[in-house]
Amino acid sequence: MKPLLELENVRVRFRTRSATRAWLAGIRDPFVDAVHGVSLQIAEGQTYGLVGESGSGKTTLARSVIGLVRPNEGSIRFEGRELTGMSASDANRFRRHVGTMFQDPVGSLSPRMTIRTLLAEPFKIHGLGNADLDHEVRRLLDLVGLNPNFSNRYPHQLSGGQARRVGVARAIALNPRLIVADEPTAGLDVSVQGEILNLLGKLQEELGVSILVITHNLNVVRHITDRMGIMYLGRLVEQGPTREIFRQPRHPYTLALLSANPEPDPDARINRVELHGEVPSLINRPSGCEFHPRCPFARKPCADEFPVTRTGGDHHSFCCHYPR
Amino acid sequence: MNPSNVLEIKGLSVEFSTERGRLPALRNVDLAVPAGAIVGVVGESGCGKSTMIHSIVRLLSPNGRVVSGSIHFEGSDLLGMTEPEMRSIRGDRISMVSQDPMISLNPVLSIGTQMVDIQYREKLDKSRKRARAVTMLQRVGIPDAAERLDDYPHQFSGGMRQRIAIAMALQAEPSLLIADEPTTALDATLEVQIIHRLQELQQSMGCSILFISHHLGVIAELCDLVVVMYGGEVVENGTVRDIFHRPMHPYTQKLIECDPARMVEITRVQPTIPGEVPDLARLPAGCIFSGRCHLAFGKCHDQPPALAGQDGGHRARCHLTDPGPGT
Repeated sequence: MKPLLELENVRVRFRTRSATRAWLAGIRDPFVDAVHGVSLQIAEGQTYGLVGESGSGKTTLARSVIGLVRPNEGSIRFEGRELTGMSASDANRFRRHVGTMFQDPVGSLSPRMTIRTLLAEPFKIHGLGNADLDHEVRRLLDLVGLNPNFSNRYPHQLSGGQARRVGVARAIALNPRLIVADEPTAGLDVSVQGEILNLLGKLQEELGVSILVITHNLNVVRHITDRMGIMYLGRLVEQGPTREIFRQPRHPYTLALLSANPEPDPDARINRVELHGEVPSLINRPSGCEFHPRCPFARKPCADEFPVTRTGGDHHSFCCHYPR
Repeated sequence: MNPSNVLEIKGLSVEFSTERGRLPALRNVDLAVPAGAIVGVVGESGCGKSTMIHSIVRLLSPNGRVVSGSIHFEGSDLLGMTEPEMRSIRGDRISMVSQDPMISLNPVLSIGTQMVDIQYREKLDKSRKRARAVTMLQRVGIPDAAERLDDYPHQFSGGMRQRIAIAMALQAEPSLLIADEPTTALDATLEVQIIHRLQELQQSMGCSILFISHHLGVIAELCDLVVVMYGGEVVENGTVRDIFHRPMHPYTQKLIECDPARMVEITRVQPTIPGEVPDLARLPAGCIFSGRCHLAFGKCHDQPPALAGQDGGHRARCHLTDPGPGT
């Protein structure tokens, strides 16, 4: 399958101190690596899920894909074209093909615009203002299952689920090839969450888009993604086909994450792999394998040597000295 | 009031006056929190969970008004208290942990300062208060608590911040802790850590917890009793096993079915509850859930059902489980 999006060794660094302050404090390298050495591919029509705790770099990675953050190293290719180092106007043209759903559905809709204006905005930004916008707005509302009379409402008059639907409509307005959905169902109730996921699935089938979904809801990942990647401290520690990873997680962090998932059954016997200690700071990355201070299976080499990425079958890879 | 209950809400109705008219946000809500128990409240957003919490601590927005009902806490009616009396209860006998710890922590004060400040009721000197703060932080599992007392909230990770918020809420050893979705912002491993920590603290301090969440897995794991709310009413309550193994109300049944964690088979099409949450300004004449219920029949559309079942035990507000008088 041809990859639509290809990331290779992407590294995103953020400055922690200004040059002068860093010099005064004697800090040689006043940067943190929010994303470090990430390589992944998303095939056409596929859904890729990124999981990991808050602060592990999921959102930064997504922002670098849509061009809101410039990676310091590595390459991001979309349909074979290199995106890093693109001029601003080229980047704008590229963004037509990527729809984004942001985390906070109501916050990402301007409170002073009607739904019609919000849905027409992408067309105007990309110089398509001549299209029959009323028709487009009706088409989009219909696609996401909202009544056409919603077009005169303001975001505050919508429920959480309806606001997400408007978010989906905006993301698909220009027939994108890729949708980047950052926590598309956070804060929603299970039934509304189901509706939004079904809507995304239906649109994917009809329009053939690829989806990069970021979430910390493992149940969502299990049901809707084809492949998944687990991030820890800005690195992908494991990635592969979702079924395969749920069947046999190889990295101890993945194992802990999957076994921590609480089950809706008070009598469930869960064999938990408990993690100890705290998530280390990006400023003081641990030596060797960065997971070793919390790893229940760590042995001596783990503290000294950075593990190489190994590959199991079917593009399943993991970064661990002693995989499960 | 039953003396074994720390908190007892009876027949509570709250309405908001808005430009669309009066919205009856809570109608005839009953809820009891027994001493030493963890009670979970589940329901979709807009079902009245937050309104209920705000009524308990008497912090309803100015357009909100308690129409009827009572809220008894440790024997006295909170609704009849004067504001100074209420202030002596908030943060001392009843404390809260909110969804986002960054909102409940002041970003420009060190956590030590904040933890000393909240002990303003104690007549102790500052070094004593700092020592107490360290002990409390250790109890919630902050490593090197003494050294980190002068750090600011942004220097802690998300999971640690939430534990600091819990430490602050428990510092005064309240008899009731209200936790409003305290784990939504955290990943699964940290979520489990926080739940276990809450369980341990609850056992060692003997306080009661009112735990609001829409994560069914967390509720199943943590709570003893569960209250299910829908559209401003309590539709079912019972023990955690009653609710998860023998749900009586069709809404509860659907809610549990909809949880993707429940489904062993992988499916791209997720189950949902068709229809929309009822508009509070135009309530249905019958059962509040009748518009979306797949089992609704004749009288569901014109007669509101009563909360029926075992007294003080498993109860549901549904015509199907309550044959009613004369049938």
